[in-house]
Amino acid sequence: MEAAMDLMRRISPKESETALSALLSLLPHHSADLLSQVDLPLQVCMDQQLMKEFILCEYNRDADSYRSPWSNKYFPPLEDGPLPSPQLRKLEIEANEVFTVYRDQYYEGGVSSVYIWEDHNESFIACFLIKKDGSRTGHGRRGYLQEGSWDAVHVIEVGPEEEGTAHYRLTSTVMLSLTTEDKSSGTFNLSGSIRRQMSHDLSVAEGHLCNMGKMIEEMEGKLRNSLDQVYFGKTREMVCTLRPPPDGIQLRLPEN
Amino acid sequence: MADGGGGGGGGGGDEPEELSDKQKAEIAKWFLANAPAGEIQYVAKDVRSILGDDKIYEMAAAEAFPLHNKAHLLALEMPDRSGDVLITTYGELDKINYFDPRTAQVATVDHVKQVCTNVRPANDDELPSPYIEDFRSTLDAELSKYVGETYPKGVCAVYCVSGKDAEGPGADFEFVVVISAVKHSPQNFCNGIWQSIWNIEFKDDLQFVEIKGKIQVGAHYFEEGNVQLDAKLECKDSTIFQSPEDSAVSITNIVRHHETEYLASLEASYVNLPDTTFKDLRRKLPVTRTLFPWQNTMQFSLTRDITKEMGIGK
Repeated sequence: MEAAMDLMRRISPKESETALSALLSLLPHHSADLLSQVDLPLQVCMDQQLMKEFILCEYNRDADSYRSPWSNKYFPPLEDGPLPSPQLRKLEIEANEVFTVYRDQYYEGGVSSVYIWEDHNESFIACFLIKKDGSRTGHGRRGYLQEGSWDAVHVIEVGPEEEGTAHYRLTSTVMLSLTTEDKSSGTFNLSGSIRRQMSHDLSVAEGHLCNMGKMIEEMEGKLRNSLDQVYFGKTREMVCTLRPPPDGIQLRLPEN
Repeated sequence: MADGGGGGGGGGGDEPEELSDKQKAEIAKWFLANAPAGEIQYVAKDVRSILGDDKIYEMAAAEAFPLHNKAHLLALEMPDRSGDVLITTYGELDKINYFDPRTAQVATVDHVKQVCTNVRPANDDELPSPYIEDFRSTLDAELSKYVGETYPKGVCAVYCVSGKDAEGPGADFEFVVVISAVKHSPQNFCNGIWQSIWNIEFKDDLQFVEIKGKIQVGAHYFEEGNVQLDAKLECKDSTIFQSPEDSAVSITNIVRHHETEYLASLEASYVNLPDTTFKDLRRKLPVTRTLFPWQNTMQFSLTRDITKEMGIGK
């Protein structure tokens, strides 16, 4: 398993789907671990009942169907697919609504979905997903990118409430890929993913949704900075190491 | 998922089919051949431990390493310390023997260990004619100067890939210039490669030299993630057919010009892209320019419910 995860860190992110299916066939006994630990670009499906798109992940999957957070139905239809308890479903509905507004304000487009389920160790786990197509033909308003996608996965484990506070453990991954292309400068592609964790003990006075939302917002801000540093800073440093720019041209390396 | 097999389970058979050794070797080969520059040994270690079968691993490695080494223009030090031999298709005599045009030697390599084990002087029939060699070695000397000044870890070679036996004017011939620069920094979790391949066709009847270049730059950063740069450019140029010395200078100038321009265009991408791309993907602040009002979301979702119930909105 360790070797498999190391491979996933090395193989080009553009090949991650091929790499994962190769690993699944070599290590069928680790398929559950692999599917939950390896991040793949998010897929979207249409809720046929409400004609609204939702995001697919391991947490809303049962057999070959996925549960829509909008209608709470499985697509393709599935009888006896597990559903969250009425109480968690209520929180899930609210989270989806609020997160739609959050996503619109930050992403100016895209699709989001939130899934919440019980867990025997925690009081519950929530998964917040965002997919944004920033390409010229997608939701890229400014039109710079041939291809550009931002896929965010936030999984929050929420511990039981004790004396008015709860423990929140957030693991976030952003997968980002962007390509520009033209005759004179050729093809330029950056792709990959980064993952970060954050834990807080917070008072539940304002509600779980408020706490989870604030954590995600803070984390997304941090991730955005890290992406900037890694995608544009680190890879540029490498290019300059391979072929140092001529003297006299000073590089403005981005700070932080 | 992880339901322990009580009903549900994915489609198809419940028992995963055992792969044949050949299929396993194919998969292993794929991983090895797709290893980023400078990381094939790490990938090999992982693949070996996942396979748990040295025979299959060795079968895959024997096929994948040569492909990988050639694709990444691997430079290996020759045992007599006469320099580096580049592993390229242009210098490949057979699976393990590679011609080094500069020293007129043939290097025997161990692909899997990535070392050069032996060198011998090239035979006469492996060498170009003196007429061609004059063009080739003059260009090689001029380019080496450029590569030495420009790439801290650069290695280059000039191969004659067609018309090597021409004894004098009146015949066409073709060179391939290969430039390869790598940087491995596993302690900083990053690796990179710059490679350019220039096809140079000397057309005797037209007294013209046609030049086609392919530049490719890759970088891999893998601390708490996996981020890769993959940039490439193809370009074309030409010059007139001149004496070996003048040809060498003008071809080197053309290569220098295009590679310098390309670096500048990469720089431009790095300067311009961060703002524009990130804005198109995710803004720094919401359109409202203030942090999201999470504490008001209760009322806020209530108002949405009300508007919905009243049939406002959709």
